[in-house]
Amino acid sequence: MVIMPLSDHYTYWITILLMVAGLYVVIARSNLIKKLVGLAIFQTSVYLLYIAPGKLIGGTAPIASAQFSVYSNPLPHVLILTAIVVGIATLALGLALVVRIKESFNSIEEDEVLVAVHGDAMSEDGDA
Amino acid sequence: MRDFFVLRVVAKMLIPFMLIFALYVQFHGDFGPGGGFQAGVIVAAAVIFYALIFGLPAARLLVPDALVESMMALGVLIYGGTGIAGMLLGGNFLDYFVLSANPVTGQHVGIFLVEAGVLVTVSGVMLKIFYVFAGRAKLPPG
Amino acid sequence: MMALLVLSVVVQRNLFVVVVLSGIYSFLMATVLVALDAVDVAMTEAAVGAGISTVLLLSAIHLAGAEESRPLRYRLPALLVSVGVAAALVYGSLGLPRFSDPAAPIHTHVVPRYIQDGPRETGVPNMVTFVLASYRGYDTFGETTVVFTAGIGVIALLRGRRKKKQSEANAEIRHDA
Repeated sequence: MVIMPLSDHYTYWITILLMVAGLYVVIARSNLIKKLVGLAIFQTSVYLLYIAPGKLIGGTAPIASAQFSVYSNPLPHVLILTAIVVGIATLALGLALVVRIKESFNSIEEDEVLVAVHGDAMSEDGDA
Repeated sequence: MRDFFVLRVVAKMLIPFMLIFALYVQFHGDFGPGGGFQAGVIVAAAVIFYALIFGLPAARLLVPDALVESMMALGVLIYGGTGIAGMLLGGNFLDYFVLSANPVTGQHVGIFLVEAGVLVTVSGVMLKIFYVFAGRAKLPPG
Repeated sequence: MMALLVLSVVVQRNLFVVVVLSGIYSFLMATVLVALDAVDVAMTEAAVGAGISTVLLLSAIHLAGAEESRPLRYRLPALLVSVGVAAALVYGSLGLPRFSDPAAPIHTHVVPRYIQDGPRETGVPNMVTFVLASYRGYDTFGETTVVFTAGIGVIALLRGRRKKKQSEANAEIRHDA
């Protein structure tokens, strides 16, 4: 991966772009499965946020060997390994809830589910 | 998909290698990238592959629900048991250096047992989640 | 390229395409992680993000039956909030250490001890493995418990309603064989 010479903070900005894209999908899309995909994108950007500062240019993967003396930082790798597995656990539970919501309300669009739960008084349609 | 001859043959050739690769990733995790989580996911992927080609009931005969559910709990039990064994042998919870006369060997034993526990739990959970999702009937529309 | 991919996930409305794009995104993320020397994490992200996650999303789409998603009615406030959060985060990131700075705090607290004493104390060359399983073994115990809890939660939520009864399925297999 080519390191952009024009800024030392380039990795943080890419991370922020991915994070905000995930956040926008969670806020601004009403389909529940699309929201979960947006949440997964958000989590992936956090992995990048942790691992990118651990990299040392000229270092190598953190596996001890006689030929290398500079290693990239192993501690973020450990934390993110846990985070990835917890992320998939969250995704599985979220999808199970989506399946149950679909079976109960026959829709997985957020506004339709809210209407079905609270009744038509909460509907945002002007001409309902 | 059972009727597609090429898919069946390729699946039968590939699945043993996938399982061996999972064991390699598990045991070689000390010397290269790998470890319990990756190996557990690869084992689950191999059985999911079998289920996709030969059908979910065939996969349920091969790896029954009771086995998968007990695998889920067994892994956590192995992990906790290693921790308790450390306490019983004189150290704190999850101390490995007391597990053997030589502390470095004790670390090896501890890490081996712990990664085995993680492998069993992760593969059991991933497989069970797949079984539950794939075995659920779709409601007719309306 | 990942930015393009993510923007197309945001805009795309067909859910099947979104799931495939998210699988591609996970593979690209795994490649980037290898470039950042995080080989263990890359293997896990490829296996979990592009394998299990795609399978689960596809089965959920099949069960939920939805093919298209509709955008929310009021999108401009959401866009403004997102841009505001991005601006605040960019302002905050200016105070963070430069990329690949050896004097950054992340490299100078406990990690030199892990790197120098770890392989000798545990006899295991892979630093991620011995930090995960030995020095931070308690956190890994918690993570295994979280995975177990997720499995139990999914069983509790989605128990019942099989496709066909197990005995009928067995009879079908014996008939075919």
